[in-house]
Amino acid sequence: MAKQSTSLRAYLLTRIALAIPMLLILLTLVFFLMRVAPGDPISAALGGRLTQEELDRRRAEAGYDRPLAVQYVDYLGDVATLNFGETIVDNRPVTEVIVQNGAATLELTLTAMLIAVGVGVSIGLVAGRHRDTSVDFAGRMFGIVIYAAPVFFLGFLAQLVFGKWLGWFPTSGRASPIVTFELETKTNLFIVDSIISGNWSALADVLRHLVLPATVLGLVIGGVFIRLVRVNLIQTLKGDYIEAARARGIEERSVVYHHAFKNALVPVITVIGLQFALLLSGAVLTEQTFNWPGIGSELVRYLDNRDYIAVQGIITFTGIVVIFVSVFIDFVNAWVDPRVRY
Amino acid sequence: MSEPVLSVRDLRVWYGTARGSVRAVDEVSFDLSAGETLGLVGESGCGKSTLGRGIVGLLPEGAAADGTVSFDGRNLVGLPTAELRDLRGPELGMIFQEPMTRLDPLMRIEDHFLEMLETHEPGLSRDEMKRRSMETLGGMGIPPTRFRHYPHEFSGGMRQRIMIALALVLRPKVVVCDEPTTALDVIVEAQILGILQDLKRNFDTALLLITHNLGIVAEACDRVAVMYAGQIVEEGPARRVFDTPAHPYTRELLRSIISLGTEGLQYIPGAPPDLIDPPAGCHFHPRCPDAMRVCASNDPVAVTKAIDHRVRCWLSGPHNLVPAGEDEPLATREFAKADEA
Amino acid sequence: MAMPSVEEPTANTRPAGPAPVRARRFRTLHRMFAPFAEARGMPRFVVWAGVAITTFFIVLALFSPAIAPYDFDQYRTADGVRFAKQEAPSSAHPFGTNVMSTDVLSRVIFGARTAIEVVVLSIFVSMAIGLPLGLMSGYFGGKLDRILLVFMDALIAFPSLLFAIVIAFLLSDTFGRGVTTAALAISVVYIPQYFRVVRNHVISIREEAYVEAARAIGARPRTVIRRYVFQNVVQNVPVIATLNAADAILTLAALGFLGYGIQPTEAAEWGYDIQRAISDAGAGIWWTGLFPGCAIVLLVTGLTLLGEGLNDVINPVLRRRRIIPVRFPPLRRNGNADE
Repeated sequence: MAKQSTSLRAYLLTRIALAIPMLLILLTLVFFLMRVAPGDPISAALGGRLTQEELDRRRAEAGYDRPLAVQYVDYLGDVATLNFGETIVDNRPVTEVIVQNGAATLELTLTAMLIAVGVGVSIGLVAGRHRDTSVDFAGRMFGIVIYAAPVFFLGFLAQLVFGKWLGWFPTSGRASPIVTFELETKTNLFIVDSIISGNWSALADVLRHLVLPATVLGLVIGGVFIRLVRVNLIQTLKGDYIEAARARGIEERSVVYHHAFKNALVPVITVIGLQFALLLSGAVLTEQTFNWPGIGSELVRYLDNRDYIAVQGIITFTGIVVIFVSVFIDFVNAWVDPRVRY
Repeated sequence: MSEPVLSVRDLRVWYGTARGSVRAVDEVSFDLSAGETLGLVGESGCGKSTLGRGIVGLLPEGAAADGTVSFDGRNLVGLPTAELRDLRGPELGMIFQEPMTRLDPLMRIEDHFLEMLETHEPGLSRDEMKRRSMETLGGMGIPPTRFRHYPHEFSGGMRQRIMIALALVLRPKVVVCDEPTTALDVIVEAQILGILQDLKRNFDTALLLITHNLGIVAEACDRVAVMYAGQIVEEGPARRVFDTPAHPYTRELLRSIISLGTEGLQYIPGAPPDLIDPPAGCHFHPRCPDAMRVCASNDPVAVTKAIDHRVRCWLSGPHNLVPAGEDEPLATREFAKADEA
Repeated sequence: MAMPSVEEPTANTRPAGPAPVRARRFRTLHRMFAPFAEARGMPRFVVWAGVAITTFFIVLALFSPAIAPYDFDQYRTADGVRFAKQEAPSSAHPFGTNVMSTDVLSRVIFGARTAIEVVVLSIFVSMAIGLPLGLMSGYFGGKLDRILLVFMDALIAFPSLLFAIVIAFLLSDTFGRGVTTAALAISVVYIPQYFRVVRNHVISIREEAYVEAARAIGARPRTVIRRYVFQNVVQNVPVIATLNAADAILTLAALGFLGYGIQPTEAAEWGYDIQRAISDAGAGIWWTGLFPGCAIVLLVTGLTLLGEGLNDVINPVLRRRRIIPVRFPPLRRNGNADE
């Protein structure tokens, strides 16, 4: 056992070392992209509203008159200390945007991912197990059609059917105004906050608000899992060790559930990691559709206001999260699949 | 000759394809006694592996079997899946060609054994299960310290020994070994063959050893069955068949063995026939140097040459069934044409 | 698996063409389309449904002015009578009208034109950049390969939509908010994907014996790339292109939905229309969002089915052939002469 944990640790360290150049590339890319835009952040956001002298003063204050290389080094230093600056249009520290609105996004995406994995894995396994039957056909078509549906279109339908016609669920925001006002926010995760403060009616309200956006986002991501799990299971069931298990007289149920499912699901972990980027893209759209005050809708708002500082901060943060998740997923993979560690 | 533990009669295993049925195993009969090793030899694609799988009932989708495989008073062909499954492990074992991919990569060796024992002997205590597994593994030369390792931590030879241990932990009466050493190097091959020899001596296990390596047969088998195009063409005591092969195919096969004394390579011209539409008469006649006219039209009949030595070839008779004049050599023109097909 | 090797039926059906070149081409074609013809049941349905849906939308795109009852930005009749706002489907407006008083049916039809224009343009651009880069990177390897790989991997890992938004945002000042901007923003997303697929494919081909042999007899790198590697890689391009096209439709709609796609005055775009329809949902107005949404779902499904079908053709691992079930005739003879 001791030997294993050392090799696991060694693997993790190598993986982190590999992530650093990737992070640097992302940061560099973000920095230069934001500088390609015509004008500097200050004049882009506030141009026309301030006098030229005032603009120049603000520009110098923020350091945008210095050479690009100096600004770049400065930017890297800021990122290293997790200082993303203040937004131009409403003078909020970007870190505050990330913490407050990021929590809303986290709540949405985590729930959606749970739904996606639940729906995707179960339908995928059933379809793969009963290959070429009508169950398989239905599962596959569901996967393809649901993946073909834009999140916001599913959101539109959900709002129409479950919001307007059936009136089951609210279609906008994270919670009712009163709940938002009354709830003590410690973590900014409303579910956790309402549990901590023992406010059960608030919890119910928060959950009701979460149902439609999370389901819609989860279904779309789940479409990818259906296809993947199905194909994996079919391939795995043809595997040599599956035949060998049958040759040992292992019960078919055990062969399928114990050997095949487990092995078919290992690559899914990697794909959860890959789908993370898709999940974030989907979150931006879902947030817009359901007025969810997450980091995605903030990004769109700041883009509309041409607030480069806010946009740069949010994009940088997303990049860091993406890389962190990819390392984490590899780690989980190594933990589940002993072969990866070597 | 003791009572056979496994008795195969007119077994047919055919594969369905888009063009029709592939007659991979076509009306094969043989017996296997306890403590006996029967070598099954032939070129690639002659149906050896299919025969082995057909016996333990491990056929791919689209394949169908017909005939009788009598074991323990039951016919394994057409036995309900659940009953057949219960036999696999405690009564019938199978060892495969490629040991590298035969173990579940996510399971420790220990769990493979526990799963096997829990399935077939649920009454055993966990400690007893572990004791028995480690004992069997130890017999194969795998130290107990490696019991909790994962498959990828073992070499090919060790994995094959683990596979053998897994197949033997319940002491099955019949074990089908499908080219168990083909993927391994020569030294490991010798070790594995040694293990299989011990097995038969110690536990009276009956082995069906499928191989294309005649050297292995000479070394490890009591009897040998030669397969060509889905049929057993000659069968008998290994020594006898090797010394006095009765079928031209066996003779040619033996001549094509490469040894240190070999001068010039011998081979059998042509390729095995298409098993969807095999040649009429004897399937070997298009490649046979001794083919007679009867061979191209009539199915050969099995003839007993000596005690326990049977051959299916018109050269050996029965001569009363060969129509007059049909024992003339087959015309070369016909030979070439059939060869092309 | 010890399945007896069955000869491929195509190997025997050598067409008797007089010119060898033609014969070869014909055989390739035959091999390419054989799976279509052979496919039965579900695979057949998949392929033909994909072909039918895609063709339908291409026809809509090509002839939209002729098919659509009104222009995409027309909000009054030729006599100058304004259309009603958010009018329910009627005989004059089969899909109703939206909040801008334009005809939903016409916008759905013209939307097909926009979608196909953008997708064709963006796939062309991303292939033109991603394909050669991938070929070079995979074939020459070394430092260039490693740098490009890390760079492209970083791009792939990043949420593509955010990336496309930022690019569209930056480009909108130069190119305005029309088809070009949208197409370029989407191209940027797919360049790394083409690069990745092509590079990996090249690397696996590079090690194959025949390429090795070509190099050994002294073929120049460019010849090897063009004659041996490129031809092989190109086989896979239709599949990737079709599946990416499906994805690109979704990205275009997402850009439009967020307001960074095509301006409603420039062209009709489904994503934008759905964004305008979101607020209609609360009022129970369903026709403004349902029809453009269904158009997206249908076209993307069609392209996905087509892509999967093509994939079956080129990469038949998962394909199952139709088989004739085994039926045993009576035994031919009874074994032993002396029994």
